[in-house]
Amino acid sequence: MTAVEVSDLRKEFVRRDGPWRRRRVPALCGISFTIERGECVAVLGANGSGKSTLVRLLATLLLHDGGSAHVFGHDVFGDPRAVRRLVNRVSVEASFFKKMSSTENLSYSARFYGMTRGETSRRIPEILERVGFPVERRGEAMEALSRGMQQKVALARALLTAPVLLLLDEPTTGLDPRSKLEVQEFIREVRQIHDATILLCTHDLDEAEALADRIGILHRGELIALGTADELKRRYETETLEGAFFAATGRALVDDEEEED
Amino acid sequence: MRGAAATLRGELIGLAGVVERNVYLVRRYIWWDIAFFVWTVANTLTIVYIAKGIEAAGGQIDVERTTTILLIGAVIWAYLGIIFEILTETVAWERWEGTIEYTFMAPLARPVHLAGMGIFSVAYGVVRAVLLFGIVAALFDLQLPEANFWSAVVVLAIASISFVGIGMMTAVLPLISPEKGVQLGFIAQGVLLVVSGVYYPVDVLPGWMQALAVISPATYALDGIRAAILDGAGVGAVWHDIWPLIIIGAVAVPLGLEVFRRGERHAKRHGKLKRSG
Ligand SMILES: Nc1ncnc2c1ncn2[C@@H]1O[C@H](COP(=O)(O)OP(=O)(O)OP(=O)(O)O)[C@@H](O)[C@H]1O
Ligand SMILES: [Mg+2]
Repeated sequence: MTAVEVSDLRKEFVRRDGPWRRRRVPALCGISFTIERGECVAVLGANGSGKSTLVRLLATLLLHDGGSAHVFGHDVFGDPRAVRRLVNRVSVEASFFKKMSSTENLSYSARFYGMTRGETSRRIPEILERVGFPVERRGEAMEALSRGMQQKVALARALLTAPVLLLLDEPTTGLDPRSKLEVQEFIREVRQIHDATILLCTHDLDEAEALADRIGILHRGELIALGTADELKRRYETETLEGAFFAATGRALVDDEEEED
Repeated sequence: MRGAAATLRGELIGLAGVVERNVYLVRRYIWWDIAFFVWTVANTLTIVYIAKGIEAAGGQIDVERTTTILLIGAVIWAYLGIIFEILTETVAWERWEGTIEYTFMAPLARPVHLAGMGIFSVAYGVVRAVLLFGIVAALFDLQLPEANFWSAVVVLAIASISFVGIGMMTAVLPLISPEKGVQLGFIAQGVLLVVSGVYYPVDVLPGWMQALAVISPATYALDGIRAAILDGAGVGAVWHDIWPLIIIGAVAVPLGLEVFRRGERHAKRHGKLKRSG
């Protein structure tokens, strides 16, 4: 079954240049791809290439300007509530109420997904333990926790609602190498145990190669390649994914400049 | 049928979650709440002393009655401030903490979400209003022999529906203008109370303000509560204040929801929920 089906998806933002001038800037210029159930697809892209915009569109946090997106057959823009039940997300910033504890943050947000007190009081310590969070600190305010620990709570928040599609937007950016490995290990485990489908946006080429079945390259709002790591290396005739990434985006850059002339 | 029951159950749990979140926040920021309450008491005193001041300056007034009239105005001012503040935080505070995207991507119907905020704001606002009234009334040793507190609470409860509806409209402002939206909420509060006769009868206002007073729920709330506390008017006797409140509430809540829905659409179209990452 197809988990995610995106077709010619477009999104523009209005940018203000000074008080009177406005300009429409494309963030996604008609991208198409599918993700199969249980698959992990990584999207690589430089800053501003449109990764977070794609994640936000799939999370029903942005409205699109054209094309379509379906999650497990539900139209993301036509029936967002059906999609919301299936999706959760972890992004660069952990984003919590800083003075509240991790348990409090997780409890109220799980309530929005219909989980009762009975369920959360049992599941929250369980899930915190699984993400490697020191469970005895679950009553402490979020602001007292390190970034790595906050990120683990963010993972716990996403998993608590048992999403079938997990959107990960740079989940390990800014973590120390050890926390990074722990989080990556956990992502792998989630896939195996929960049979979740994952869209992982990252700058980290090793992470993409280690976790994903297929890798896409997003460049200036266009998905210029999508395939297994080996396919990409073969296509760009390089030994490493890094080589493929630079070949792909570098070539596109040259193309852009030629067009402008 | 079963599907509908399950959906309803899910929404009620979500509503409880909204209330729960606010309870956690009050608990975590309790010292701020206490400090803010002290400020409100001080502020109320500055207004309520005006009655004694007029007498001391040789004015002929019924000090006890005037003090009570001013106190009711000040309490309603504080109460409305709390309702608007909490509803505006639906967006503003969550935006600041960055949780807004997580809340807005949850499968919680927006009307239920806003209802949760409304219920909490009313419950919390009533506790604060009752404390404020009690403390200041005790300080001034107000006897209030006639007072019918029951009908005062009924009027306040019905007025609260309209207040929450208007609060939803102000809550949307931080979605449209992240930086200044919250301040616009204060403008709404101020304008609403000025035209509604917060410390004076509406008759003293210019004609155009009186016209606004007719559609302001605070006008009827102030009038009904004053009648109940000063003259002991029962629920039947303040019916002429209650029915306009019911009508205004029946318009304000759907209007508030619609305004919020549009604001949310606007924010999602232009990427204003949050911009980072
Ligand atoms: N809410 C917004 N308002 C205005 N412009 C936006 C908004 N969100 C994204 N953009 C623009 O859209 C483009 C893509 O941004 P996006 O955040 O999707 O990139 P990204 O690949 O996630 O980058 P990064 O690696 O820095 O997170 C950028 O040009 C950005 O400036
Ligand atoms: Mg990003």
